[in-house]
Amino acid sequence: MKTTMLQVSDLHAYYGKSHVLQGVDLYVGEGEIVSLLGRNGVGRSTTVKAIMGQVEHTGEINFQNQSLSGLESHEIARKGLGYVPENRDIFPSLTVKQNLLLGLKPGQKQSRWSEDDMYILFPRLKERLNAPAGVLSGGEQQMLTLCRTLMGNPELVMIDEPTEGLAPKIVEQMAILFGEISKRGVSILLVEQKLTIALRISQRLYVMGHGQIVFEGSPDDLQADESVRKEWLEV
Amino acid sequence: MEFFFITLLNSLSYGLLLFMLSSGLTLIFSMMGVLNFAHASFYMLGAYFAYQTGLVFGFWPALFLAPILVGVVGALTERYGLRKVHKFGHVAELLFTFGLAYVIEEVVHLIWGRAPVDYRIPESLNFTLFTLFNTQYPAYRAFMMLVSVGMLISLFLVLTKTRIGMIVQASLTHPDMVQALGHNVPRVFMLVFAGGCALAGLAGVLGGNLFITEPGMAFAVGSIVFVVVVLGGMGSLVGAFIASLLIGAIQTFSVALDLSFLDLTAALGVVIDPDSKWYGGLSITISQTAPVLPYLLMVLMLIVRPRGLMGTRES
Repeated sequence: MKTTMLQVSDLHAYYGKSHVLQGVDLYVGEGEIVSLLGRNGVGRSTTVKAIMGQVEHTGEINFQNQSLSGLESHEIARKGLGYVPENRDIFPSLTVKQNLLLGLKPGQKQSRWSEDDMYILFPRLKERLNAPAGVLSGGEQQMLTLCRTLMGNPELVMIDEPTEGLAPKIVEQMAILFGEISKRGVSILLVEQKLTIALRISQRLYVMGHGQIVFEGSPDDLQADESVRKEWLEV
Repeated sequence: MEFFFITLLNSLSYGLLLFMLSSGLTLIFSMMGVLNFAHASFYMLGAYFAYQTGLVFGFWPALFLAPILVGVVGALTERYGLRKVHKFGHVAELLFTFGLAYVIEEVVHLIWGRAPVDYRIPESLNFTLFTLFNTQYPAYRAFMMLVSVGMLISLFLVLTKTRIGMIVQASLTHPDMVQALGHNVPRVFMLVFAGGCALAGLAGVLGGNLFITEPGMAFAVGSIVFVVVVLGGMGSLVGAFIASLLIGAIQTFSVALDLSFLDLTAALGVVIDPDSKWYGGLSITISQTAPVLPYLLMVLMLIVRPRGLMGTRES
């Protein structure tokens, strides 16, 4: 049994009057890749945002046995949680290199990732080093966001829909990178809509529906459970 | 020619002063989405603080002390005022800065009275720098330009060459993402707000003695600064720079031009009879229309291009 990195229990969140998260429970172990699946609007992104302190919520969130409640987003990040949002959020007017350097946290001493690691993983970034990040293609922007977050040496990284709208070749590259991240002892909470890479690379999966977790299990369990896939995933 | 040259220099020094005010306002706007109605009040505070500290320490220490003091007031305003109001939305924030402008004005009344204070150009700068034909150019104007250009260059260097500048630039568009990377964005907000106020304060130090230091100065300048920011495009520093110089030129030249519309029609070969019903209207001089020109320009800009010269925001 691996140690638990992230433990979320009874997480509730509201947007105005709508009850978006209705008691979400999940955990991610050390070095584990866990996927959070579900259709659009079931609260996957909100869950991740709540963990990151960007959405008001109630419930318990513990990271490395410390409660995150009441902490601001930057304090949560400094505890070792990384976040790659679904809209990618690169800083368009800054160069690729400047984007990467902003991933370094204030006062950060060491990292399991160096700037050069990023260029080895994604040679394309090195070629575009001094280009404004705004001119990069969607896939390149996705790589940049991910690398930028890794520069801050997170212990766990939450990645929201990284493969959305990307060419299969780049999705493949992403899958390889996720493996590499996990190999270096970093846990991943992957938010996906489709099963594309989730089934292949995850150790465990959660399926969300209507603001709650409706399934938890291994990729094989999900493969076997046709009713869950039909009701909560397939369109 | 001589008229043109001197007026150009004057418009440039005035435009640069406007930029010192509008740069802070536009940075604060693009970062926090708040139009700071009290911005020009910090300009006024700069002038009064410079007057007061100048009485004790003289002009040169006041040149540095006053903007720092204004910056501190700005930092406190953000930390203990705006940040608390923030969760109630932009309207509450807007009303907060609106109220603050009145509070500052009343405080100024209480401390320094309603009459202008005797804040003067220092003796060491009170001389004629050069005489062009028959017009004397005061050294203080040149000094103002020097300080403004120095400020402009330092602002540019800080924003583009330092790490904090990168963080500020990134926070202008993606504050949540910057914070999720572990940067203390609320503190960056406070620093930008304080910095913007300090710049306004510096403009007050420089402008207060050239023009006049009195409780009405905030509202007089405030409306022009809004014109600059709207014209340049909210949130755009480059836009604010162009618009500052433009408004500076329009105001300076229009005041200096003693031509009327009659002269204009005469130049076109049409002489209007003094008995004509048009005569009264056309005898208005351009200098008489000077106060309305910036606002007219703003209204036109809003109709033709609502996002301003360089603005990116649609609303």
